[in-house]
Amino acid sequence: MQITSPAFKENARAALADAQLQKALGNVREGFIDKRQRAVDALPEFDALRDSARSIKDHALAHLDLYLEAYEKKVTEAGGHVHWAETGADARAIILEICRAAGARTVTKGKSMITEEIELNHFLEKEGIRPVETDLGEYIIQLRRESPSHIIAPAVHLTKEQVEADFRRMHDHLPFARDLSEPESLLNEARRVLRAQYFMADVGITGANFLVAETGSSVIVTNEGNGDLTQILPRVHVVVASIEKIVPTLEDMGQILRVLARSATGQDMSVYTTVSTGPRRPGDPDGPDEYHVVLVDNGRSAMLGTEFQDMLRCIRCGACMNHCPVYHAVGGHAYGSVYPGPMGAVLTPSLVGVDKAGHLPNASTFCGRCEAVCPMRIPLPKMMRHWREREFSRGLNPATQRYGLRAWALFARHPRLYRLATAIAIPALSLFSAGKGRFRHLPLAGGWTKHRDMPAPEGRTFMQQWRDRDALKQGGQA
Amino acid sequence: MTEDMMKKPRVGLFVTCLVDLFRPAVGFASVKLLEEAGCEVEVPMAQTCCGQPAYNSGDRADTIAIAKNTIESFEEYDYIVAPSGSCAGMLRKHYPGLFKGDAHWEARAAAFSAKVHELVSFLVDVMGVDRVTAAHSGSVTYHDSCSGLRELGIREQPRRLLATVSGLKIKEMRDADVCCGFGGTFCVKYPDISNRIVEEKTANIRAAGADTLIAGDLGCLMNMAGKLQREGSDIEVRHVAEVLAGMDDRPAIGRGQG
Repeated sequence: MQITSPAFKENARAALADAQLQKALGNVREGFIDKRQRAVDALPEFDALRDSARSIKDHALAHLDLYLEAYEKKVTEAGGHVHWAETGADARAIILEICRAAGARTVTKGKSMITEEIELNHFLEKEGIRPVETDLGEYIIQLRRESPSHIIAPAVHLTKEQVEADFRRMHDHLPFARDLSEPESLLNEARRVLRAQYFMADVGITGANFLVAETGSSVIVTNEGNGDLTQILPRVHVVVASIEKIVPTLEDMGQILRVLARSATGQDMSVYTTVSTGPRRPGDPDGPDEYHVVLVDNGRSAMLGTEFQDMLRCIRCGACMNHCPVYHAVGGHAYGSVYPGPMGAVLTPSLVGVDKAGHLPNASTFCGRCEAVCPMRIPLPKMMRHWREREFSRGLNPATQRYGLRAWALFARHPRLYRLATAIAIPALSLFSAGKGRFRHLPLAGGWTKHRDMPAPEGRTFMQQWRDRDALKQGGQA
Repeated sequence: MTEDMMKKPRVGLFVTCLVDLFRPAVGFASVKLLEEAGCEVEVPMAQTCCGQPAYNSGDRADTIAIAKNTIESFEEYDYIVAPSGSCAGMLRKHYPGLFKGDAHWEARAAAFSAKVHELVSFLVDVMGVDRVTAAHSGSVTYHDSCSGLRELGIREQPRRLLATVSGLKIKEMRDADVCCGFGGTFCVKYPDISNRIVEEKTANIRAAGADTLIAGDLGCLMNMAGKLQREGSDIEVRHVAEVLAGMDDRPAIGRGQG
């Protein structure tokens, strides 16, 4: 997708003024938070499982090379092929080659954020191969030629009325009089339309929630069953996964699964958890003839050993954005990158550079709700602050901000100067409020007073008054 | 008497810059509550700000300079108490990390940070205060400020003490634990988003049907008070210390004299 993160402020303003979007965003606030809480409350060991999940990923990341090589060996033993892609372009080229070799004209796809990240659909279309998204949300945004606005609910920015209108426009071979007023009828129609595509597809592409080193398996969790059809029906199955998806064992995967769906949708488990190991073996009832795994780095290995390494624990559950007041206000598209919300605010600058994505780690109140719900205990606010530090040390933030901060810091670092300046300025500001107790407008505070009144200082500062009280006390004692 | 005096814990009050400049009443209420709890309170004159504006803007050098000044001014006390979860969180949770790799200052910061508390949680958890003598007629709703709630675990303590204020009734609002949109410099860097968040908050405050909004952080209070007033609401806004100390006879935050 086109990265529009530099225009975050403009994007946000447009999003705030978009009544349709604001209505749809209400579903995020209503839909995810209570369900997650109920699931968490029903599992007393949830926090212990979070600790365990964190340790598993930390261990895997500390020995990433080892586990990736072990994984490759197992995949190869099972008759599959592993391809290593350093960049998004490398990954696209590898996937294209596999598709060409299979003579593919149609490719079905399971939901996958990494293929969004490497902009696979656009690339395949340009090469004359038709990608068909089979996850309902992904299918809807593909019809609209949009990018996902949420990592687990790609079309959460839309209302069902908008989807109905899109289906009527795009599925024009179906009778207009049909009833599409309920989400179920929309789902059934998408199923019918997609069913035919599964049989046309020569290649099925999925992502992976986990890669298991012990067995050489790739694992997807879905709720619609589309992922299974995507990877079983075509002759060739291509798994695209970023390198940090690796876990050592099936048992490790099982541990992390216990926090994944609960954090994401509030389910105990997703409806389908599908483990794939290599192509169809003689005697297997189904499965692809060829099984490929494209392992994508695209900036991950550069995060290892830095203050951003913990971000690689992320399992893409979306809990951080579901609980983020900024995401609730502006939605995912405003972030202008593949990954929105708090996890995107940390990951995106790693992928596209903090010079482009600097707004994202800044547009946070540091309320800490994301970290509080993260199943992998990723310190998201801390890492956003690290990006701000990099920005500041490179002089990337606006000059007015920098000078303002330096001027303030000059006083804050020198208590006597600070006392003197505030003892003059604060009573003056209080007088300026003319006893009203607040300002409706205040020079240099337009950002504040545009939307709210500014409470005025009560009068003299606490320190002025305290000094007088102390002096009086001592005078009294003398 | 002398023995009693010697036993009194010495508390250095970290006033916080917003209380110092905008709402001294909160500082005096804090002193009163601490003294009633049996503390000897001092206010070091060399304090300025906890450094969050610099810290959260990525300016490590200024943050460290400010932190050193704070530590030097307060490390002699038994406890350091601030009427703010946000500033107390900064002093307690974030100062030690500033000095990673500087063994001398890291140790000093760790010793300092271990003694830092937010006011209300200090009264309840450390001093064992379980009731106050104040009275307040009317209903209040309590907003949980983010840092106090999530960094310091402050949730029950203010509610427990408020429940002992004679005549006071607590009406919980929906999503009391959701951010008010202040976020320090966030509210001026992204005013439109901040506004959307505080609108959501004031809607919940109004729906609670209380006469007074209470919280433990002046930044959040100024944000919510300013928004309520712009919306024409007559809900009064006060810091929790004012109510607990029975010092709620003066005009509420953002209200004029008389």
